Amino acid sequence: MYRYDEFDADFLRARNAQFREQVSRRIDGRLTEDEFKPLRLQNGLYLQLHAYMLRVAIPYGTLSSAQMRVLAEVAERWDRGYGHFTTRQNIQFNWVRLADAPDILDRLAEAGLHAIQTSGNCIRNVTADHFAGAAADEIEDPRPLAELIRQWSTAHPEFLFLPRKFKIAVSGTPADRAVTMAHDIGLRARRGPGGEVGYTVILGGGMGRTPMLGKVVREFLPKADLLAYLEAILAVYNLHGRRDNKYKARIKILVHETGLEALKGEIEAEFARRKRLFDGPEVVPSAEELARIAGHFAPPVLSGRAEVSAIEARAREADPAFALWAEVNTHPHRAPGHAIVTVSLKAPGEAPGDASSEQMRALADLADRYSLGELRISHLQNVILPHVARDDLPALHAALNRHGLATANAGLITDIIACPGLDYCALATARSIPIAQDIARRFADPDKARAIGAFEIKISGCINACGHHHVGHVGILGLEKAGVESYQITLGGDPGPVAAVGERAGPGLAADEVGPAMERLVAAYLAHRAGPDERFVDTFRRVGAAAFRSALYTREAA
Amino acid sequence: MPEHPRIVSANDLLAGDVIYLARTGGWTRHLAEAAVATDADSAAALLAAAELQPDVAVGPYLAEVATDGPAPRPLHYREVFRTRGPSNRPDLGRQAGAR
Repeated sequence: MYRYDEFDADFLRARNAQFREQVSRRIDGRLTEDEFKPLRLQNGLYLQLHAYMLRVAIPYGTLSSAQMRVLAEVAERWDRGYGHFTTRQNIQFNWVRLADAPDILDRLAEAGLHAIQTSGNCIRNVTADHFAGAAADEIEDPRPLAELIRQWSTAHPEFLFLPRKFKIAVSGTPADRAVTMAHDIGLRARRGPGGEVGYTVILGGGMGRTPMLGKVVREFLPKADLLAYLEAILAVYNLHGRRDNKYKARIKILVHETGLEALKGEIEAEFARRKRLFDGPEVVPSAEELARIAGHFAPPVLSGRAEVSAIEARAREADPAFALWAEVNTHPHRAPGHAIVTVSLKAPGEAPGDASSEQMRALADLADRYSLGELRISHLQNVILPHVARDDLPALHAALNRHGLATANAGLITDIIACPGLDYCALATARSIPIAQDIARRFADPDKARAIGAFEIKISGCINACGHHHVGHVGILGLEKAGVESYQITLGGDPGPVAAVGERAGPGLAADEVGPAMERLVAAYLAHRAGPDERFVDTFRRVGAAAFRSALYTREAA
Repeated sequence: MPEHPRIVSANDLLAGDVIYLARTGGWTRHLAEAAVATDADSAAALLAAAELQPDVAVGPYLAEVATDGPAPRPLHYREVFRTRGPSNRPDLGRQAGAR
C-alpha cells in the first residue's frame, strides 16, 4: 500500500493549517460565506440539510487497517458514530461542526488521509477497481497508475479551476469493475502488440442529467505517455469547456458538441507539445519515481496453499448460511487457496454504505487478522478484504456475523447502491435510502435473492446521479412531481464492459409503489429468463422492454 | 394562486443545523418562535433581515408554511424533513431531541 512520504505529510500539514486559519476567519467574521464556501468545498466540507458534511477521499479505494481505525475514531469523536461510504470511494461524515473540521483533518492527516479535491471544479478522487492487485483476471494492478494520477492531480495549478468537476477511473482488467465508461476519463488496461501493458483511454462518459457513455479516444496508450496525454485532455477541456452553463460544462458535452474526431485532433496536437515537456530535459515522472510508487504496491507475500480448501469445504457442508456467503461474497484471487471477500454494507433494512464505528474497527481488526491489514472500499458501497486464505473463510464469516456484516448478497438484488438522497443531501429532490430499504426487505430471504441472481438496482435522489441509476440494470431516480416524491424507473443499464445507459420505462411511481413494482418486475424476469445464469439485463436485451414495462405498471386490481 | 405564509430557514454557521429567523429578530431552533410573513413585502423584509446576520446563519431562504396550528407547519416535504432529520434514523437530528 502507498504510504505518504515527507513531502505528502508536509503538504497536508500546510494545507490543514491554511484551512484552520480560514475556518477561524469565517467564524470571527473576517470571511463572508461567499468567500469561505469555495475554500471549505476544496477541503471537502459541504453544508447539507441538517449539518456540515465532510467528504474524505479514499484514493482508488485502498485503505489500511490503521486508516480504517482513524475513520472509526473520527465518526465517534466528532460525528454520530457512523460514516457513509460513497460510490466514488469516499467516506462522508454527516454531522460535523464547523469548528471541529480542522481538528478532524489534522487527525486524518496523521493517518495519510485527507479531503482535498473531494469537491469543487477540479480533478476529483481517482477511483479504481476494488479488486485491484488481487483479482485473477487482472492485466496489471492499476493502483500505481492511480497513485501517480493522484500525485499529479493534487493541487495541479493548471487544473484547480476547471469548467466543472472531473472524474477519472482506472481499471486493470477488461472486466471493468470501475465503471470506466461513465467517467470523464476512463482508463482500462490492455496489452499492446508486443504484450506490453498500456491503457485504452475512454473520454467523455458521465451520468448526471445528460448521461453519456465514454468514447475511445486512444485504443492503446503506452504507460509512459499517460500523464502527458491526461494533461493534454485536461488542457483542451480547460480551454474549450463551457463555463457559461454549468449543465453543459462537463467534458462529455464538449465531446458531444465538438465531435470526437475534431476534439481528438486538438488533444493529439496538445499531447505532442506536452510530451516534449514530460520527456526532457528531465523525464517526468522518472523511472526511479515510478519504481518507488510501484514498490508500494508490490504483490503481497501470501502463504502457499492448495487451490481447494478442505476446511472451507467442510464448513460449506455443515453450515448452509456460510456456504451461501462463501459462494456469493467471494471472488477468485490470483493466488491459489485465497479469495477476495466482499463485506456487504447492505444488510436488508440498513442504509446502503453506512458503517458504524464499531463495525469499522471490527473490519480493521479482521483485515489485520485475515487480509494483511488491507481493505478496499468499492464504488458499490461495500468493503473488500482483498487477500483472505480460503481456510480462514469460516472464521471470518463467523466474526463478521457477530458484527452484522455477514450478509450474503454481493451483486444480488439487495446489494443496492443508494446515494444519501433527501435524508441528508441539500441537492436531493427525493429520498433514496427508504426506497432501498423497502426493496431490500422485500427480497431479504437470502435464498430468494440468490435464486434471482445478479441484479443491480441503483438509486439516486436527484438528477445528479450519485447513485449511478443510469447504469443500474434497474435505475431509480427520485424527483419531485407536484409537491411529492416521485420515482422514475430506467431499465437495461449496465456499468460493466458492455456498458449501457438504461431507458426510461414510463411515468414516475409514488414512493410506496416502487417496492411492489420491483416485485412484479422480478416476477416477469423470472418468467422470461432463459435460465438461472441469464442476468436480468441480458434478458431485457433479449426480450425487449415491453414485458417489463407492462410488469412495472400493471398494478394488482384494488 | 394565493400566497402561503413564509418563514426564513437557514443553517447555523457553527453547528450547521436548521435554524429559523425568530420573531425577536434573532434565530431559533423552534418553529413556534419563527417569524411568519403573510405577504410578499413582509417576506422580503424578513429575508433582508436574515441576510444582515451572515455570521450566524448560512444560506437563508424563504419557506412556505401553513399557520393552522400552534407552530408554523412547513408545506414542502424537503422542509418537513429539515424539521426532523434523516427519516431512516429517528435517533438523529431534531426529531431525536423531540422523543
